[in-house]
Amino acid sequence: MKLFDYARADSPEAAARDGALANVKFIAGGTNLLDLMKLQVETPEKLVDISRLALNEVEETEAGGLRIGALVPNADLAAHPKVTAGYPVLSRALLAGASGQLRNKASTGGNLLQRTRCYYFYDPASACNKRDPGSGCPAKEGFNRIHAILGTSDQCIATHPSDMAVAMRALDAVIVTLKPDGDKRRISIHDFYRLPGDTPDKETVLEPGELITHVELPAPPRGRQLYRKVRDRASYAFALVSVAGVIAVEDGKIASAALAFGGLGPMPWRNVDVEDALVGKVPGTAAFEAAADALLADAKGYGGNDFKIPLVRRTLIACLRDLTEGTA
Amino acid sequence: MADYRMDADHPGVAATRGVQNVLGKPLDRIDGVAKVTGTAPYGYERRVEGDIAYGFAITAPAAKGAVRNIDTDAARALPGVIDIIVDDPRIARQAAAFAPAATGNDRIDHWDQVIGVAVAETFEAARAAARAVVVDIAVEEGRYDTLAGRNDASPPPKDSRLQDRTIGDFDGAMADGEITLDQSYSTPNHVHAAMEPHASIARWDDGALTVWSSLQILSNARNILAQAFDLPHDKVRVISPYIGGGFGGKGGIGPETVLAVIAAQKLGRPVKIAMTRQQLFHNVYRRTDTHQRLRLAADAEGRLTALGHDSLLSQGPDGGFMEPVALGSLGLYGAPARRFTHRVVTLDMVMAGAVRAPGEAVGMLALESAMDEMAEKVGLDPIEFRKRNEPEVDPTTGKPFSSRRFIECLETGAERFGWDRREATPGMRREGEWLIGMGVAGAFRINLLVTGKARVQLMPDGTATVETDMTDIGTGTYTVTAQVAGEALGLPVEQVKVALGDTAFPPGSGSGGSFGAAATASSVALACEDIVAELAKRMDADPADMTLKDGHAIAGNRRVPFSELVGSAPIEGLGTIEQGRNAETYSQAAYGAQFAEVAVNAVTGEVRVRRMLGVFDAGRILNYKTAHSQAIGGMIWGIGYALHEDAVLDKRTGQFVNHDLGEYHIPAHADVPPLDVLFLEEPDLHANPVGVKGLGELSISGAGAAVTNAIYNACGVRVRDFPLTLDKIIADLPPV
Repeated sequence: MKLFDYARADSPEAAARDGALANVKFIAGGTNLLDLMKLQVETPEKLVDISRLALNEVEETEAGGLRIGALVPNADLAAHPKVTAGYPVLSRALLAGASGQLRNKASTGGNLLQRTRCYYFYDPASACNKRDPGSGCPAKEGFNRIHAILGTSDQCIATHPSDMAVAMRALDAVIVTLKPDGDKRRISIHDFYRLPGDTPDKETVLEPGELITHVELPAPPRGRQLYRKVRDRASYAFALVSVAGVIAVEDGKIASAALAFGGLGPMPWRNVDVEDALVGKVPGTAAFEAAADALLADAKGYGGNDFKIPLVRRTLIACLRDLTEGTA
Repeated sequence: MADYRMDADHPGVAATRGVQNVLGKPLDRIDGVAKVTGTAPYGYERRVEGDIAYGFAITAPAAKGAVRNIDTDAARALPGVIDIIVDDPRIARQAAAFAPAATGNDRIDHWDQVIGVAVAETFEAARAAARAVVVDIAVEEGRYDTLAGRNDASPPPKDSRLQDRTIGDFDGAMADGEITLDQSYSTPNHVHAAMEPHASIARWDDGALTVWSSLQILSNARNILAQAFDLPHDKVRVISPYIGGGFGGKGGIGPETVLAVIAAQKLGRPVKIAMTRQQLFHNVYRRTDTHQRLRLAADAEGRLTALGHDSLLSQGPDGGFMEPVALGSLGLYGAPARRFTHRVVTLDMVMAGAVRAPGEAVGMLALESAMDEMAEKVGLDPIEFRKRNEPEVDPTTGKPFSSRRFIECLETGAERFGWDRREATPGMRREGEWLIGMGVAGAFRINLLVTGKARVQLMPDGTATVETDMTDIGTGTYTVTAQVAGEALGLPVEQVKVALGDTAFPPGSGSGGSFGAAATASSVALACEDIVAELAKRMDADPADMTLKDGHAIAGNRRVPFSELVGSAPIEGLGTIEQGRNAETYSQAAYGAQFAEVAVNAVTGEVRVRRMLGVFDAGRILNYKTAHSQAIGGMIWGIGYALHEDAVLDKRTGQFVNHDLGEYHIPAHADVPPLDVLFLEEPDLHANPVGVKGLGELSISGAGAAVTNAIYNACGVRVRDFPLTLDKIIADLPPV
């Protein structure tokens, strides 16, 4: 860990202004950032502590949705009665992540900004285009069991590790931010993350100093919800593949579908082609296979992660079955 | 002085004849409260006198090459930095070795090799300084692939106990076998993954060295340090009262021990150093990857006619250890024609060494998988197949068994586990998405006895004190030691004070190889013999006619408190146990049977172990509670070997890429189902005077194979490359 300055923000506005300076990081729960600082993967010159800001409420919006403060701990959000009642996919995704201790500490905003768990990214002795742009990507031809099969580039094949963000993507969440100049911005989660392309170090559209203050969810979606995480051990492991699904069946046909995926891409993955393959169809193997085909049309394995292609197909089909069975 | 050498069975010790009724009882650990309340000081936490400085290991970012330059300027300029030491030739290249290799740091032999130490006023400053050192290495191409090197593999060294063995006409028996099996199995590199990292404090006082650390075998540590720093033994003291897990990784000294001693000597201040989790992966010896070939032949009735077990292993450039993979195969099943070989490939990696049940942990995965496959081939239930191959004497040496209740373990376990509910055909039992199966495996672990010494004193106040440099690595040594002495002397355990883990005390066996309980219990029991004899003398009674209970000696119609008998000076006993001819006369091992029921998800290939049972023949049980804990711990490691543990080597660089416990998976709580343990207790008095056999590693042995055999029974998929991750299982599952 390199020496750094520390300041405690007393308002979101002050935090955003402080955060705009070069090489500053916000710290809330610190469950990811501190690990990375100890390894010198992250070397901020200054930390702005936002953990005491009044951003820890969950409120209902006028539209019947939820406005979640950026500092609401993952454990609290998972257990919130409005979440368990209206957004079980989110509650389950949160509870599928990390451990009890980490969920007590980790914040909603921080969870969205988790860095990848790519082994090479985590090891400063290795090259990594995300950590050290231009140095190379040893994962492509190295050990890439946990890596992405969608949305990769020549520069980077890392995945986004969050479970929560996958559910939020299925729920069409909106990320509310505050900029250093005092402007507020509402960013759809669908526009929030960036593909790695030639700049894998830039993971979101956030500008310097831009502070996530809230995450808003629209009113609870109709239909059945599910989060299924497939991993290498029963707890405390990142997703090899995860599926967040919300599906409504009416008159024997799929009326609406929202499907997002973890473990597959550099961001929580959502592809409307998958949903288009389902909407208007009678639930069944043909539609489910077509959805899997749509999802995997551009999938590319790198050796160690080839298994994710059949794994996500199998998992998606089982999830779609669970989401639609008995609804006719 | 009560010394005993196991050239013959001991006529009997008071510890096994006592009436205090504490031996074997499921007592809570006497150190338990201190540990769970955080008041038991582990090595790094010890507050020592002096102005302590913090060290952090400087390591090399390459696996092979020559060090061209080490630039320490930037590091020295950081605030709080005291010194950067990179030029001390005593910094060994394989610093985790049992013996020091003062080879200097101009060459890099393995990834992340320790080449120096940064010392600062705080841990954080030392860490920052270590990372600011720029090491320039002329990187050379290295050897990182065991299979690629198989043609250059070496046989065991001449002094190894693992010489090639062929008994009978093995090739002929394989060729003539009515039913044969020839399969290959592999296991990856494993690391110890102890909760407490290697951590040491070193302090010099007038030329004498004291080290506080987390080490399993203190006499080893003292010998290594005395040799490396050219000191007489009485100038080296090693203190290690509590250990947060060792698993073989703390058998010698740690790399940080050397660094702390060097830095403390140079600076004239005590220095403390802890290795990081990431550093441990590359700087403590690993368990080698293994590539095993099992060959079996049987007649139509399922009697084995041939058993062959050939192993290909890896080792670092200077390592001498060879994983004894075939130990279980040597002793478990009869077959007239037998063949065992071990070959080792030299790689540019950290040395391979002892990790949790060296030999059986991985050898039994392959042997017991092969036995399961063979049972199916010959059309027998796996338990019946094993029963048909039960030998009357050691099948390799022809020696009689000191004790062996293997078949009883299988039969008792089958009854208790409900083995009769197992479907013989895989894939027959399904609950929703889950396919359910049962598996069984044998467990085997050679039984060792090593020299151990202990001092017991009966104090003027009538309580007892036990002192030995034996360690408690979390297994319950403090508690069972108090139970042995309490039973022998007629004292409740609260009145026995046990002091361990300090070379100021008589040298015990240390912890390792599951030999600690036998050596410690025996040496303490022998020491108590001295005291019992002296008490009898003072009671003017024959020891056989005297009873010791609740702090009193009872003979005839007299009941005298110890405090009256002892007088002003303690009565002292010194006991030493050593191995003798019994090791040659008898085949000594502990046995068991492992049962598992698993569920395999038909969609994802995820495996959940639903329940397990281990039945163990481990001689006398000193404490049913701590023994139970040790056994379930071993079984959990078995789950890990079957499903999780895999130190993944990047064969381009020689680096373990998943070098933290986030990505090197061991079972989490959610992976561990209810575990049932049963002991078939029978003191083995050919083994040692107390009749204990080693337990810890026995409970690992076979546990993983029970899980993988259950996976096969559940879903019909046989995977021979461990661990059985879901990708390997879905590859052979039918579509959803």
